[in-house]
Amino acid sequence: MRLTCPICGERDRREFYYQGDAVALRRPAPDAGDDPWADYVHLRDNPAGETRDLWQHDGGCGAWVVVTRNTVTHEVLATVLAEDAARARS
Amino acid sequence: MRIEGKGLIDRSKPVRFQFDDIGHTAYAGDTVASALLAKGQRLMGRSFKYHRPRGVLTAGSEEPNALLTVGRGAAQEPNVRATMQEVYDGLEARSQNAWPSLKTDLMGINDLAWPFLGAGFYYKTFMWPRGFWERFYEPIIRRAAGLGGLSGQNNPDKYERAYAFCNLLVIGAGPAGLMAALVAGRAGADVILVDEDSRMGGRLNAETYEIDGMQGHAWAEAVVAELQSMDNVRLMTRTTVTGAYDQGTYAALERVNTHRRLRPDGAPLETFWRIATKRAILAAGALERPIAFENNDRPGIMTAGAVRAYLNRWGVSPGQRVAVFGNNDDAHRTATDLAAAGVEVAALIDSRPDVQVSDASFPVLAGAMVTGSTGRLGLTSVMVKTANSERQIDVDCLAMSGGWNPTVHLTCHMNGRPTWREDIASFVPTPGSVLGLVSAGACNGDFSTADCLAAGAEAAKAALKELGQKAPRASLPKADNTPYALSPLWAVPGKGRAWLDFQNDVTVKDVKQAATENFRSVEHMKRYTTQGMATDQGKNSNVAALAILADATGRGIPETGTTTFRPPYTPVSIAAMGAGAQGAGFAPQRLTTSHAISIEMGAPMIEAGLWYRPSYFPRKGETTWRQSCDREVGYVREAVGVCDVSTLGKIDIQGPGAAALLDFVYTNMFSTLKVGRVRYGLMLREDGHVMDDGTTARLGKHHFVMTTTTAAAGNVMRHLEFVHQALMPDLDVRFTSVTEQWAQFAVAGPKSRALLNELLETPVDDDNWPFMACGAVTVTVAGVAGRLFRISFSGEHAYEVAVPARYGESLFKLLVARAESMGGGAYGMEALNVLRIEKGHITHAEIHGRTTAFDIGFGRMISAKKDCIGKTMAAREGMIDPEREQLVGFKPINAKKELTAGAHVFNQRDEATRVNDQGYVTSVGFSPTLGHFIGMGFVKRGSERMGETLRIVDQMRDLETDVEICSPVFFDPEGGRTRG
Repeated sequence: MRLTCPICGERDRREFYYQGDAVALRRPAPDAGDDPWADYVHLRDNPAGETRDLWQHDGGCGAWVVVTRNTVTHEVLATVLAEDAARARS
Repeated sequence: MRIEGKGLIDRSKPVRFQFDDIGHTAYAGDTVASALLAKGQRLMGRSFKYHRPRGVLTAGSEEPNALLTVGRGAAQEPNVRATMQEVYDGLEARSQNAWPSLKTDLMGINDLAWPFLGAGFYYKTFMWPRGFWERFYEPIIRRAAGLGGLSGQNNPDKYERAYAFCNLLVIGAGPAGLMAALVAGRAGADVILVDEDSRMGGRLNAETYEIDGMQGHAWAEAVVAELQSMDNVRLMTRTTVTGAYDQGTYAALERVNTHRRLRPDGAPLETFWRIATKRAILAAGALERPIAFENNDRPGIMTAGAVRAYLNRWGVSPGQRVAVFGNNDDAHRTATDLAAAGVEVAALIDSRPDVQVSDASFPVLAGAMVTGSTGRLGLTSVMVKTANSERQIDVDCLAMSGGWNPTVHLTCHMNGRPTWREDIASFVPTPGSVLGLVSAGACNGDFSTADCLAAGAEAAKAALKELGQKAPRASLPKADNTPYALSPLWAVPGKGRAWLDFQNDVTVKDVKQAATENFRSVEHMKRYTTQGMATDQGKNSNVAALAILADATGRGIPETGTTTFRPPYTPVSIAAMGAGAQGAGFAPQRLTTSHAISIEMGAPMIEAGLWYRPSYFPRKGETTWRQSCDREVGYVREAVGVCDVSTLGKIDIQGPGAAALLDFVYTNMFSTLKVGRVRYGLMLREDGHVMDDGTTARLGKHHFVMTTTTAAAGNVMRHLEFVHQALMPDLDVRFTSVTEQWAQFAVAGPKSRALLNELLETPVDDDNWPFMACGAVTVTVAGVAGRLFRISFSGEHAYEVAVPARYGESLFKLLVARAESMGGGAYGMEALNVLRIEKGHITHAEIHGRTTAFDIGFGRMISAKKDCIGKTMAAREGMIDPEREQLVGFKPINAKKELTAGAHVFNQRDEATRVNDQGYVTSVGFSPTLGHFIGMGFVKRGSERMGETLRIVDQMRDLETDVEICSPVFFDPEGGRTRG
């Protein structure tokens, strides 16, 4: 499996560290209450199909990357820098 | 027997090899199977369960019977298929699973007990008494059943892992694969053509087909020569593509040197390849299936295609008098080829009543079936039943064909299911099963040579188009286009044992019994009968077995479905997959700059993550590690000790946003830290538990150096990057790991300042270097620009001094020599551990992922003035529950008693059971300073229970001790020694 690091280009999966669902980008406000925080820290969807998760190119440039991929076909559909995704949200 | 004038072997090059200690002569180009058949040796192995005598069934990698052990001693390789092992001078091969010899195998007695040993026998029989399975039944069964054995020694052979990239991977170099590679190669595409045989050409080498008026193998040779002349085409022989994975990644095993005794220097035995390609064409061909009839497993009975291969490729007739039994036209070619080569064909037996053969020079029995056979160690005759008669025909070889199964395996490796095709009574690949891969030729159900060539060319053109390359116009070579016709015949009706899976001794009866016992799903049937397991994975037998299951359960074959084909297609040595990771290469090793001296000083090393650190530095006369450890603790408490602390993670943090970022990852404030000062910091995970701790020094307004624990350095670095990039992308800050760039040493003890002042250009004192000071600018240590931090893990007046790594070794030597002259010396991990327990300092033994700041008594370190990672979740009710286990110290009531880490804590009168558990011990050590064992750990409501006597029980080591709960700070609780 290969992922395209937006900075370094297409690289082998072994250069990346897998974190988990890209929900980690949407940190609730400190006073958001128990439910949003429990969702953020503990609850994850397990979709058959498209999913977005976070990988770090730690064997390369160190960039955190949001990878959109299909859990059924294993196709990698898109990769963007977490930094850009985070900026786009705010 | 050899047939003159036939075969692609080199008769000018004789080769000597041994089989079961008997010498044989063969020719270059032979396999062990063809060489033994040439000598008339049909018996080559014993079956797995019944120890039935078995001969070679096939001529390829799907061989279930003829498994050998090649080589001797440490280099021996079990379960090598005789059909794949090329002969070479000095080759030693031995038969397996037979004792005392292949001919007289005493375990053959299992075969007489067959009525009791059917499917499910083990499950039903060895139920009772319960304890007998592991101690008694299993060892016996394991010894009786089996394949070849390992030597039990370290494998001395060299293996490699390698990577290749291309735009088009062509798997299989038969007519379809060669044609595809030719079309793509001529178009200039970046092509890799892979074939598992030593010689490319596939069935063209085994048949008498002509292409463009040339013999098939000669045409193949010419195409290979043209491909070899192209720079854009790479050819790989002896390479089996074993798996299809995501995004056009394929695994392949190359048998680089299994065909010669002496290898070029350093060359590997096998190489495991990962091939990444944009497009792939599967041209893997087809595998012939046997027909099940009573005793269809005798040596001398083989597939019809294998007989043709031995005849046409290796110039060997597997028998003197051969019968052919089939349900399809293709089998006729075996009879025709044999007769043309002058071999006596006793009969062509075709199960189809309406079949006609013109110009046959041998008897043709239409509508006839073979119902049985004779011959204990080799076939002597077959029983043939026609519509109105039954007769025995004396033969020493039977060529059988139940039709051909397309080799669909790779198309199923990513969850694809094959599609049933009624006209060929077999499965073909479902298009699109593996993205980027198309099937062409026999593996796709196209069986004539002309169809294969056309399909190969078509597939290549389609791939070129997708790659954006122009396909050249190419005319197809002229070739045979005989249609393939068959009428399904899976099993000849009869009473005896008719074999399906030869390797695992599975019969038609076993499959029917599985159905009777309601193992109706094909996956259940497989596991109940072991059909399709072991090294051949049922390549010859799976389709027939599921056809019989379909019949027994009254379903159609498509509804019954196939079992799941998983990688690898053929066995892959673990040694090849894990090449380079044996012995010292198993994991990377990180060594400090003081490593060599520490070894010289006799220090035993312990692993800390990938790092190696000295446990202690033994002195003459010391007989136990404790003596060394106690002495080293004394250095630090009485004089001065030196310890390499370079393995702690060091992260250089720079930028105007640095302070704000630290405020957010640490629970406490760092923006208020003065330049030239160090602060202890605590980091939480977002779920509120402690992640790591360490000190961070402020070297400048926008410049910090963070230290992490040795084990968590990577995690913390990743965490900082995450917090910055994903949560605070607008902060202007950058992180660099400098762990390996700086060699850092702790200099600890009452005489530490005196020692350092001998080396520092500008001496330090309490006024300009108070506790928690650091060099705002660089300090000069022994003439080298370095860094100095006044921090202490031991609780003594102490410093950590850092220099660029290239000066580390020199500085360590210098520091140790000076310390020794002052009554101190080097100390290792054991002493470091005792010193920090005496001071109640935590490590990852305490912050093990389930403890909170509250638990370790650091609740007030979570600043109320700001948000930080983990703050919200750390405030949850359960995280600050007073009932939680809190950090305490343990003192044995009897000063002579030992404490052990991992022991659990109970109230004195309570039974030591889970419900009464009060906590556990995390760290212990003998304190030479206090003269008794001390420990740290967690106890429910610990902070309220100081002075209480509890009982600790170590059920693993069977120890029990009464302890007093105390503060975890055992030594100098006021910290006067640290500051003074």
